[in-house]
Order: sequence, then C-alpha cells, then structure tokens
Amino acid sequence: MTDLNLTQAPDDCATGSSCGSRREFLGTAVASVAMALTGCGKLTKEEFLQNHFKQLSKTEIETIISRLESEYKAKYHKDVKVGVEPALPGVIFGYALDLSRCIGCRRCVHACVKENNQSREPEVQWIRVLEMEKEEGVNLQHSEQYYNPEEVPREGHFYMPVQCQQCKKPPCVKVCPVGATWKEKDGIVVVDYNWCIGCRYCMAACPYGARHFNWGEPHLKDADVNPATHYLGNRPRPKGVVEKCTFCIQRTRKGLYPACVEICPTGSRKFGNLLDPKSEIRQVLETKRVFKFKEELNTQPNFFYFYGV
Amino acid sequence: MLKQFKQFIVDTVGLMITGSRIYYAWVAFLLLLIVLGAVAYAGQLNDGLIVTQMRDQVSWGFYIGNFTFLVGVAAASIMLVIPAYIYDWGPIKEITILGEMLAVTALIMCLGFVMVDIGRPDRFWHIMPLVGHLNWPQSMLAWDVIVLNLYLLLNWFVVTYLLFSAYLEKHYKKALVLPLVLLSIPMAISIHTVTAYLYNGLAARPFWNSAILAPRFLASAFCSGPAVLLILLQVLRKTTRLKITDEAIFKIAELMSYTMGFNLFLTAAESFKELYSGTEHMVYFQYLLFGVEKNGVHYNTLVPYAWASILTGFVAFLLFLIPKTRTNWTTLNIGCVLIYSSVYIEKGMGLIIPGLTPDALGEMYVYRPSFTEIAVAAGIFSLGALVFTIMLKAAVPMMLGEFTISKGRKGVDHPETDPA
Amino acid sequence: MTMRLFRFAGLMLLLALPAFANPPGKKAEASAQEGLQVPGPPFSEGVFPCSSCHDGKSLPVDTKRRELAMHSEIVLQHGPESRWCLDCHDAQKRDRLHLASGAPVDFTSSYQLCGQCHGDKFRDWRVGIHGKRTGSWNGAKQYLLCVHCHDPHAPRFKHLKPMPAPARPEAIQVWKGGAR
Repeated sequence: MTDLNLTQAPDDCATGSSCGSRREFLGTAVASVAMALTGCGKLTKEEFLQNHFKQLSKTEIETIISRLESEYKAKYHKDVKVGVEPALPGVIFGYALDLSRCIGCRRCVHACVKENNQSREPEVQWIRVLEMEKEEGVNLQHSEQYYNPEEVPREGHFYMPVQCQQCKKPPCVKVCPVGATWKEKDGIVVVDYNWCIGCRYCMAACPYGARHFNWGEPHLKDADVNPATHYLGNRPRPKGVVEKCTFCIQRTRKGLYPACVEICPTGSRKFGNLLDPKSEIRQVLETKRVFKFKEELNTQPNFFYFYGV
Repeated sequence: MLKQFKQFIVDTVGLMITGSRIYYAWVAFLLLLIVLGAVAYAGQLNDGLIVTQMRDQVSWGFYIGNFTFLVGVAAASIMLVIPAYIYDWGPIKEITILGEMLAVTALIMCLGFVMVDIGRPDRFWHIMPLVGHLNWPQSMLAWDVIVLNLYLLLNWFVVTYLLFSAYLEKHYKKALVLPLVLLSIPMAISIHTVTAYLYNGLAARPFWNSAILAPRFLASAFCSGPAVLLILLQVLRKTTRLKITDEAIFKIAELMSYTMGFNLFLTAAESFKELYSGTEHMVYFQYLLFGVEKNGVHYNTLVPYAWASILTGFVAFLLFLIPKTRTNWTTLNIGCVLIYSSVYIEKGMGLIIPGLTPDALGEMYVYRPSFTEIAVAAGIFSLGALVFTIMLKAAVPMMLGEFTISKGRKGVDHPETDPA
Repeated sequence: MTMRLFRFAGLMLLLALPAFANPPGKKAEASAQEGLQVPGPPFSEGVFPCSSCHDGKSLPVDTKRRELAMHSEIVLQHGPESRWCLDCHDAQKRDRLHLASGAPVDFTSSYQLCGQCHGDKFRDWRVGIHGKRTGSWNGAKQYLLCVHCHDPHAPRFKHLKPMPAPARPEAIQVWKGGAR
C-alpha cells in the first residue's frame, strides 16, 4: 500500500500536525519511508536530513565533504576530492564562441563528458552541437544535432554548440521551488545535487535546453572518474537530479580554462574574466560583433556568439 | 466534544467498510488497480524515471498532464458553490458538499501525480515551508504548493464540519461555514490560475507563454469538473434517498454551456493569433493541429487527438446549449462524456506535449506514455475513485440524516439506502 | 585491471591526437622578435636544418620559378598563381625565412611572416582571440605558431571526422547491465 502512504504523508503535514516543528523526529520517522522511496535503500539518515548548501555552516560542510569523499572512494575505488572553492573576487566569467570557426567535430562535447564525470550509460552531454544551414542562418527549425557525415564541416553548413549560457537573469533560478539552483558571484549558475527534488521545472524554463536530468541511475566506470571535483560542479551525481554545464567550476575557480576551451582544435572558444579589461573575452566583445542566443527573452547570457571571419 | 469526534471517526470508518456485494466488488476492483499502480511505481523507484518515456526533450508528460487536468476538476466545485451561496439557490445548496468532496478527491490525486513525477520523492520535505526551503514568492510551483494544500485543507474542513454537525443532529454554524464556503470561490480560482501561471511564466515555451492561458484554464476547468458531478448526481438520485431535483441538474448544465462557449471562444482566439500572425511560434500549434515536417520527417502524432478534442468540445457545447438536448437525459449524459474527454485530451496532449515539442533547440521528440506511466496513473485514478467512494459511503447517510450519533447503524442498515 | 588501464590509455591517446592538426614541437622557445612563448615549428622528420643540403656549395642557387626536383611531396596551395617557395624561404640563408622587405625571420617567429598579409588574424592571435590557447585564463597561457594548425604550404584547415552523435532520446532505455 505504498501509494496510500505517499499520498497521506503530505496531507498529514498540511493539516498542521507537529511535523513542522520537530525535524529530527520527522527525519527518523520518515527516513524509513524515504529509504523505500529511493528504491535501493542506500539512503543514510545524514544524507536525508542534509540542509540546503547555502544554509550549511563551515563544519557541516566539512562533515558532508568527508562523507561524500568516503562514499565516492567506496564506490569508485579512487581518491575523489570534493572541493568547495568559492568564487574568486572580482571575477565574472564570460564565454565567446566563434561560429565561423566551429567545424562541428564534437571534441568539446566529449571532453566535457570526461572532465565532468557524466553518466556514460545513459550518456549525459552538457553541450549540444547544432548543424545549421548557412542559407538559413541561426534557425532552429532548420537545425540538426544528430549529424554524422564522414567529415565536418559539411558544405553549406555551419555549427553552433549550445550549453548553459550562465544567464544574468536565469529563468531556471526563478522557477526552482526549493531554491536548489542559484547564481554564484562569479556568474556561474550552480545546482546543489543534494537538495534538488527532480521536479524538472527548471528544464521547462530553460530556453537553451541546457539542463539535463538523470532519468536513470548514472553509470560511470571507475577508470572514467575524474577525481578532481567540486561540490557544485562535477562530482558524480545521483539518480533523479538535474545537472548542467558549470563552466568547469572545478577548473575555472583555480584559474584554468574549461575543458571545452582547451580541447577545441580550431580555437573557436574563448573564455575569461569579463571584469578584466585585458582578458581575451573582453577583446572579443570589443573587437568582434557578438550576439546572444534568443536575446529577445532577456535572459542576458554571459555566453556570446560571434563570427570571427 | 473530542469524545464525540472520536465516535464520529469510528462510525465513519464503520460505514466505509461495510456495504453491499456490489460495493465490495467495486472496492476490490479499485484496490486491484491501486496495487497494479503501486507495483509499477516500485519499478519506477528502483530504476528511476527512465522507465517513463519522458526524456530531456519532453521533460514533462502524462503525470503532469493528469495533474493539470485534475486541478481543474478540483476548481470546478465552485460551479455548485456560486449558485448555492451567492444566489442562494435552494436546489443546489444541499448538494454543494458533493462538489467539495470531489474537490478533496481531485486534490489528493493531484498530490499523487506530483509525488510520482518528481525524481527524488525522498526529498519531498524540501518543499515544505519552514521545514525545508520554499522559494516563495519567486517560484510559481511554490505558490502552487501553498494554494493547493490550503484549498485541500479548506474543503476537507468544511466537509468534515458539515458531516459532523449532521451526525450530531445539530445545525451547522452558518457564521463558520458561510465565510469559508465563500472563501473557497476565490481559492478555487486561485488554484487553477496559479497552475496556469506555472506554464504561463515560461518565456522559453512560446506555446504556453500566452496571456490567455489562465482564462483558458479556468474556462476548461468549469466545463469538465461539473460533468463528473452531473453523472454522479444522477447515480446518487437512483441509488440513495438524496433528493436532487431535475432543476438543479439542468441549471448546472446550463451554466456549463456558457463556460463551454467561452472555452471554445478562447481556443479560437488563441488559434487565430498564432496561425494568422504566422511567426515561428506557430510551429507548436502546427504540430498540434496539422503536423510539422523537419529534415524530411513528418511528425503528426497529435493531430487526430487535437481534432477529436475540438470536435467533441463543440458537439458537447451544442448539446448543452440547446434546451431540448440539455433536458434530454441521453444527450445530456453523452454531452458530459464528450466534454470530459475533450478537456482531458486538451490538458494532456493538447497542452503539455505541444508546449515541449519542438524542444528549446528545435528537436522533435515524439513522446508517448510508457506502460509504467499508464499503470501508475491508473493506480492514482483508482485511488481517487476509492477515496470518493468511501467518502460518499459515509457522507450520504449522514446528509440524509439517517446516520447520526443517536440513530447509529440502525438507520442505515437498509438495502435500498446503501449506495452502490 | 591492467587491460582496462591499457584500453583507457589507448583511448586517451586516440582522443588526444586529433586535438592538434599538427602536434607542437619539443619545447617552447622565446621568439627573439616578439617575446612570445611558442613551441618550436613542426618540421617534418630530418628536413631541418636546411643548410645540411643547402650549404651554399653543393647546390647552385637558382631563383627562377620552376618545378623542383626535390621536395615534390609539398603541393603549394597558398596563392600559387602569385607566389612560390622563395617568396617566403630565403634563397641565400636557407635556415631562415624572409619578409617582403627582405628582412630575415627565424622559423621560430614565422608568425611575423604570416602576419604581413594576414594582419587581422595576426592582431587577433597576439591578444589571444585567434587560434587554440591552453593554460590559465588568469595566468600563463600557451600560444601555438600559425603553422601548428595551418600547413604553410596548404593552409586551409583540414576537415575532421566528427565524434559520435548523441544518443537519440528514443534509444535511451533502462540499463540492463545489472545494478551498480
């Protein structure tokens, strides 16, 4: 009679019983139900009761990090490090992509998958490359993302990779009912994978199709695990939560380029600090004609497209 | 007082678990479907939502479609409340409680559909205010959580209080009930408006980002919910001693015909705006009504359903509008079935799917609910039917005054009065 | 375990290779003229130093445009109507290139030569917005020479084989390989 239990629990709380005031009690009592709800019974009490990341104290974060690291070690037999580096001061990240130079080789897609510990089966990809027709310009109704010719670029086509635009006014942040996704000071929109309830409202709200859901249990081989992770970035995610590009937060907060920028063989991707007047991204903004994808929606992305030649 | 309430609960449960053979058969059938749904849901908990056919491209589907439809059904109770309390129309006043019970049932099913749709049901406490972190007032889903639960609480309270008063052979306190019932009118409007705003506020989905979405939701809700009630009232009239006049039923039908006409007008207005202006946003409407072609492939899965919905809605409107067919029981009931189906299709396949197809990057993914989704939905609908059945089983004798604290079970153990 | 490691290493190699059209040279050398750190030019095996054959004694210097006896593997597709080898390569000092003015340019600073005609690309490259760069967005970065991506004799960027397309949503089903 699992269904009856499920539909009665919210009602009981709604009628104003003591549940609102005694979280510990609620936690212990409902944790058993919750364990059944995860289906595999591997939910610990600490994980179940974990609070929202922005409300955690420093010691709580340290406890959670050590718990996560030991869980990952047990699961992947690797010393996975989970960082919580905050945003560097005086930094807002910007990204520019040269549509005249992208050849649609998809090396960025797969470099991202390797760097960010995506599930391989089913494979989650944070970057989608759209093959467009030169005659039509940026026109989604004449786009194709499953192109697979012998060689790229194909005659008469150009390529437009799309990933999270890290908007200044992110619609996904606005709609999340539990505030599991928010915009950090350096402009990166992040997700607390331990707070997300998987309602997928953010996915409906994103105009760029940039958010992806773990429909099934993510499968990641031990050998494929990248042990340098960030709590809000590329640490291995659980089933049933949303994830997306974080501008390689685990790399960029340490001063490195994102993986997609480094791997691009044609140098189409440019990245840097928008607040630094001498940065490459500022050079692009000042010397090239940039446009923003779906600009009319006023999401104000920090991701710019331009035509270098 | 508390002692009497305890007795009330005990007696209510007693009423619910005893009945005729038909009653037991019906309950057993519903329980079977519920178990089926539970088994399917257990599979979903184990493997994740991958067992549904929802994917990144169409990330909401059958579950949320049903949820949206049922919020409309829940809001429909005000079709009884307004004539009964605003216009003080006697024939409906006695049966308003039935509309409120339907609202409670529909809301329980809504909560059920939300629970089965989220990826982490073990984290449902995150959405509770004070205990978790509710992103209010920014998130429309946060608003929805609040108004749906408040409306459920309100209806549940009114129903319980009215029945408890009848049980105690006391007249209910008008000063308590009337304000609450009147409050339920704006609250009913609010639940469906907030649900509409959920979709409306997403600039990313042009099909939903239309100003008349909220009015459309309300119009279709007021058509569909009362259709269930009309059939139910006829059943109750035949199987119990509840006095429901023809007048009451025809009045509800008449009110429905106006909302149906308004619903059709709003649909036409929406279609005109999209198809006449002919911008790129037209592609969603095209997919729904005519099918689209992309990269050499034709996608027209929704077309038969869209036209079926429009046609049945139109025919139902005519049947309800023309007094001759409205007052003929056969055509009236056909009309009820037609409008219910029309709105059901419109809220599911006609709202969720075209809103997400093509997806944000223009991809066409044809979504069809998987067997698991259908089984779980059947389980939830059966749960609702069961809740409604057992509520009626206890409520009707109390409403008739046959079952009270003094008369007890003696007043009710009579074959003719047992509801089916 | 070892097989997995081998396969992993092989896969890494395979994926890393297409990242550069031409792999960079052995070490970064400071270019004397610009002060930019770039790796050495990607010479073919054994072709440098040119003076090992063109020592000024054994081979006569003939500046007439003609079909060459050696270096036949090089197909010139860099404006062949208006230029040929000695427009860039120095006829007297074969271990260097020369600008239009005749001024000598080392192979390690060949970007100066490219930049003569391709000024807009050169400007962009200097500030880091043309071509592949690796390193830190807020610190040291590694440049490449033009010739690391653009073969100077046939500079048009070569087509690549695309990596696999994503899985279609219909194809994504429950993984039947057993629980983790």
